[in-house]
Amino acid sequence: MMRFLLLFSRQGRLRLQKWFTPTPEREKKKIIRDMTTMVLARKPRSCNFLHWRDLKIVYKRYASLYFCLALEDQDNELLALEILHRYVELLDKYFGNVCELDIIFNFEKAYFILDEFLMGGEIQETSKQIVNRSIEASDMLQEDDNSDWYEVELFG
Amino acid sequence: MSDVVEKTLTALPSLLSLDSQPGSGKLSSTSKLGNLIRGITELTSKHEEEKLIQRELSSIKEQVASPNTSMRQMKELMVRAIYCEMLGYEASFSYIHAIKLAQQGTVLEKRVGYLAVSLFLNESHELLLLLVNTVLKDLQSTNLIEVCMALTVVSQMFPKDMIPAILPLVEEKLTHPKEIIRRKAVLALYKFYLIAPNQVQHIHNKFRKALCDKDPGVMTASLHIYLQMIKENPEGYKDLTASFVTILKQVVGGKLPMDFNYHSVPAPWLQIQLLRILSLLGKDDQSTSEMMYEVLDESLRRAEMNHNITYAILYECVKSIYTIHPKAELLEKAAKCIGNFVLSPKINLKYLGLKALTYVVQQDANLALQHQLTIIECLDHSDLVIKRETLELLFRITNAQNVTVIVEKMLEFLRLSKDDYTTIDLVGKVAELAEKYAPDNEWFIETMNTVFSLGGDMMQPDIPNSFLRLLSEGFDSTEEDRQLRLFAVDSYVSLLQGEPGRLPQRFLQVISWVLGEYSHLREGLEPATTLRLLAKLLDMKHTSSETKSWVLLAMSKLCEGPDCVSLAQELSERHGGSLDTVLRQRVQELRHLSEDAELRASVLPRDAAQEPLEVDSSLSFLDGFVSEALSAGAAPYKPPHQRQEELAQAKALSLEPYGLSLPISMSSCSLADRQSPTLLSMSSGLSGNSTDLSHKGGSTTLKLDGVKRVWGKDGYLAQKEPVEESAQVEVPSPLCSPSRQGGADSTHSQTPTPTPTPEPEKEKQQLASSLFVGLGSQSSVCLMGKSEQTPQRFRRKAKGQGSSSGASEQISNSHYSTQSTVDNLLCNNLLDSTVTSDLAVSTPEQTPQLSQEVATTNGTCDAEQDLIEETDPGNSPSLIRANSTVTADPPAHKDPDRPKDSCLSSHLPAELAGLSHSEIIPLCSSQNLDLSACHVQKEDALLLVIFIENSSDSDIEQMLLQTESDELEVSCVTDSPVEAVRSLSVSVYQYSLMVKRPAAHVALAGTASYQLPSGESQVMQFSYRLPLTSFIRPLCVSTEEYGTLWLAFSQDTKQNLALLNDGQDPLTATLDVLKNKLQLHVVDIIGAEGIVACRLLQGQPCLMHCRVHAGSLAVWLRSPVPDLPDCLLYHCQRALQEH
Repeated sequence: MMRFLLLFSRQGRLRLQKWFTPTPEREKKKIIRDMTTMVLARKPRSCNFLHWRDLKIVYKRYASLYFCLALEDQDNELLALEILHRYVELLDKYFGNVCELDIIFNFEKAYFILDEFLMGGEIQETSKQIVNRSIEASDMLQEDDNSDWYEVELFG
Repeated sequence: MSDVVEKTLTALPSLLSLDSQPGSGKLSSTSKLGNLIRGITELTSKHEEEKLIQRELSSIKEQVASPNTSMRQMKELMVRAIYCEMLGYEASFSYIHAIKLAQQGTVLEKRVGYLAVSLFLNESHELLLLLVNTVLKDLQSTNLIEVCMALTVVSQMFPKDMIPAILPLVEEKLTHPKEIIRRKAVLALYKFYLIAPNQVQHIHNKFRKALCDKDPGVMTASLHIYLQMIKENPEGYKDLTASFVTILKQVVGGKLPMDFNYHSVPAPWLQIQLLRILSLLGKDDQSTSEMMYEVLDESLRRAEMNHNITYAILYECVKSIYTIHPKAELLEKAAKCIGNFVLSPKINLKYLGLKALTYVVQQDANLALQHQLTIIECLDHSDLVIKRETLELLFRITNAQNVTVIVEKMLEFLRLSKDDYTTIDLVGKVAELAEKYAPDNEWFIETMNTVFSLGGDMMQPDIPNSFLRLLSEGFDSTEEDRQLRLFAVDSYVSLLQGEPGRLPQRFLQVISWVLGEYSHLREGLEPATTLRLLAKLLDMKHTSSETKSWVLLAMSKLCEGPDCVSLAQELSERHGGSLDTVLRQRVQELRHLSEDAELRASVLPRDAAQEPLEVDSSLSFLDGFVSEALSAGAAPYKPPHQRQEELAQAKALSLEPYGLSLPISMSSCSLADRQSPTLLSMSSGLSGNSTDLSHKGGSTTLKLDGVKRVWGKDGYLAQKEPVEESAQVEVPSPLCSPSRQGGADSTHSQTPTPTPTPEPEKEKQQLASSLFVGLGSQSSVCLMGKSEQTPQRFRRKAKGQGSSSGASEQISNSHYSTQSTVDNLLCNNLLDSTVTSDLAVSTPEQTPQLSQEVATTNGTCDAEQDLIEETDPGNSPSLIRANSTVTADPPAHKDPDRPKDSCLSSHLPAELAGLSHSEIIPLCSSQNLDLSACHVQKEDALLLVIFIENSSDSDIEQMLLQTESDELEVSCVTDSPVEAVRSLSVSVYQYSLMVKRPAAHVALAGTASYQLPSGESQVMQFSYRLPLTSFIRPLCVSTEEYGTLWLAFSQDTKQNLALLNDGQDPLTATLDVLKNKLQLHVVDIIGAEGIVACRLLQGQPCLMHCRVHAGSLAVWLRSPVPDLPDCLLYHCQRALQEH
């Protein structure tokens, strides 16, 4: 099971945080601080996995943004890398050539996409099409608050 | 002109965000959030940012509170509040508004409301209660989007005790027509299962429905629950194996819709989930494993693309193959696969390769040999993560020969590492290895010194504890003990003469204890010198008061002569006024003891560290005090958990389910079961700081099993065997297995061997030879390509068992030979006549002797009992003794038990009276009752007889005995269990024992509960241990039958045993000894080979094939029962050693 997902910039600024298990506020702050310092200190071309306490940390840098995922002991690190990659693909598909600024200005959208992709610390939907369909469909509501139409769109 | 500027400016935000998609069309960069974000990026100092955010927050606060703010505006405000929180500024005023937004907004606003709630609030936040209603409403909504949102938030965070309120609604969604809803419902239930498993127990059959859902997404989601449930109880789901295999087959075969592909690999997440489930199901289960061989093979075959995702699947496959019941062909493929990982230039794959090696190396040490050069390279890798992982691998392959090199590497890493967690972990591992495999005293003490100084005060408290226990208990030879202690003393004296200020507190405590206890061993070292060194510690600024009391205690042991009196007086003046009461007490003790040598000798006798301390664990000496207090109106004592329960019941609705249960600490928990008052008093005596120390003591108790004591007895035995092993490594015998040869080949091919090797390469090879020495010794074992236990592992295990029974084993050993003949007689005598044995029916004179002999053997149990009591408290007994001022209970109960034996045996049931029984040993006692037990060997059964002796004047009511055991099946033989024990009488319980899971020694634990005449109920705990040999009976088969059986069995083990050289034919001699001691049946001896058979009581056979080879006896055991060959081998080894 995944424990948390953090997105932060090269400067160590937090861009997105998702906690899959209840974590006290103080602990969160400590984890964020530890993660940014640990991950940012990594040299290029070292491996993408780290140990932190009893957790495994899998991180990957996409352009100026670091994606950092914490796993439990029995989870598969390579698979976690692909989870990060799939999330980036989803963001990319939604924003179109996504960059850090998209995520800064539309962070709530990034959360919504994440909620369709992961749930309760596990993968919920792996299909790019389905995740995007549900996100775009609910966005349509912004202009046209017609849920009947929307349901047709989302659920076929 | 201004027009142009304005146009450019309005275009800016869209440029900034690369706005090209409909999704980002409604960019908020022109909005207030955009302004805020841009405002922050323009700032240069943290201080300015703070000011800006505070201003922003107060404006948000004002607006959310205003009644005129619309929900649409509220949504926008929430987004800004979330942003501020993400930057680390608290916006708690907005929490309630987030809930309101989720409650009252339209679908879109609701979505932001829910998001804000899930980011702001924690599962235990009290505002969440306000959300329950909203969630309930949305779950019932006809708008699917609302249902989805409610399910998402529920899986995100939901108060545990509110689950019942929404559970029916979520359950209902499992049959929803839309798959997206069903999927989310399943995942929400999975989350519930994780946080409150018993609340979803009733819907297990609905999970099955979800597993069979026509939508693969829903089915995938249900696997999360199944993985969890199977992890907890693999037995319960074996029937699903075929279904999982079929699903995996279909997935691998590409039968799923394209939607599920990820980079053209079919549903990798689903595949991995299934592989994990399968490996849990197939573990230690041959028939289940057989069902999955084919699909595992196919998975391996199909995953050929060079992409991370295929490697992820391969890695999981390899792990499964090595977890389930082994199949040679698959293992071979998996090993090749691991090779691909390890040799990959990609660092991530290399890392996983190391992990996989670590996972499998215990089963197949040859794999490590094959990759030794890569491992060496990784050991010097610039990436610390890789280095760390390599050390983990080396830790698994450590043996007595490579321990110095590996420990050196680990310490090297420790010096570099700054991470506390790693330090604690590695320090523990080094200490474990040092205790297990230390080649000599000097190395051991020096390594432990490094451990103590590097581990500092972070390390697990059981490391210094077990180290001290090792020193105090010693091993077989007193000379060896003395040497070790001397080394320690010398090393510590020189440390103290250096710069003791740098040493961690824990280390100082160890040093002072050792010096106090053993510095007298060093001739020429004046106590006054040691005292001065110790006194120096008291003056150091950083010495904690806990350490000071250790130092003072050590000084009290040493102070002798007039110098010391004056020193003690000086100290008492200086510290007598300390605010710390413990310190003050210690100083006083020191002063008094220094003045009265006689008193000191009686309170702190020298060299008595290893004598166990008698502790009255029932605290009966306090009974008078308690009853007095009770009669004076005090409330009766309730254990903490009972108090908690009552408190919880008293509260109608507990809002803080977590907060309450947490404070029950280890020690207070065990207080309840009447074990730990000892623990408490001891540990408080240790340092005087009772509450927090008892806590530490508690945690130590938990970790005290096996390992720590290993070095003690057999550590030195190990020295002999490794030599033989290494000899085998160096001279590859013709027996070498293909895999071993493969290993050798691959190392050759990697290095340009014949050409003169360059220097660094040479170094590496040297390192390799020192690291991997002793690994391939048992390579011939791997003939079958089947995973085997490496010899090292076996020996370790054996040692663990051997040493845990401690010195007592020695006692039994001397009687072993007689005993086994006796057993044999017994067997012939009492049991079936088909047993072909050369011994005739025993004569009447033999019988009394019989029972006596059997009895002595089982002195083992007795001593083990002592041992358990001794180790239980969790602290070095000698430390306790040092505190003997507190617990000076004389060993009253020591011997009176012996005469009891004879009188108790008269209470043996009539039908057993004729049979021989083991010595009757006391199990536990209270002031009213004494429990004792013995076991009786019958042909078809092993009976455990428990005597309950009521020594009080009143009857005991509602007597109830309960037993449990991991290894044994215990069934009550007595028809109508006794319920009352009359005063001054003895009741007898009989249990029949069967082996459930073989182990070298099997044990059962039990509780006896009863009611005193006063109505008060009491509970006592006991345990009983006996060797597996008690359950072994000869198995009479013909050579032909043996042949058929041999082929049918799968669990096998090989090992070389020592051959006895008693002048006559060594094979026959050795087999005779085994036959007599272990009740084996020698089927046939042909030339240099012999075959032997035996069975467990319930009939499970174990076959043994022996062959004389190169001066030793190569034995090969086979059985249908896992672990049985290993256990039997252990006893064979023991039997031959003792001979």
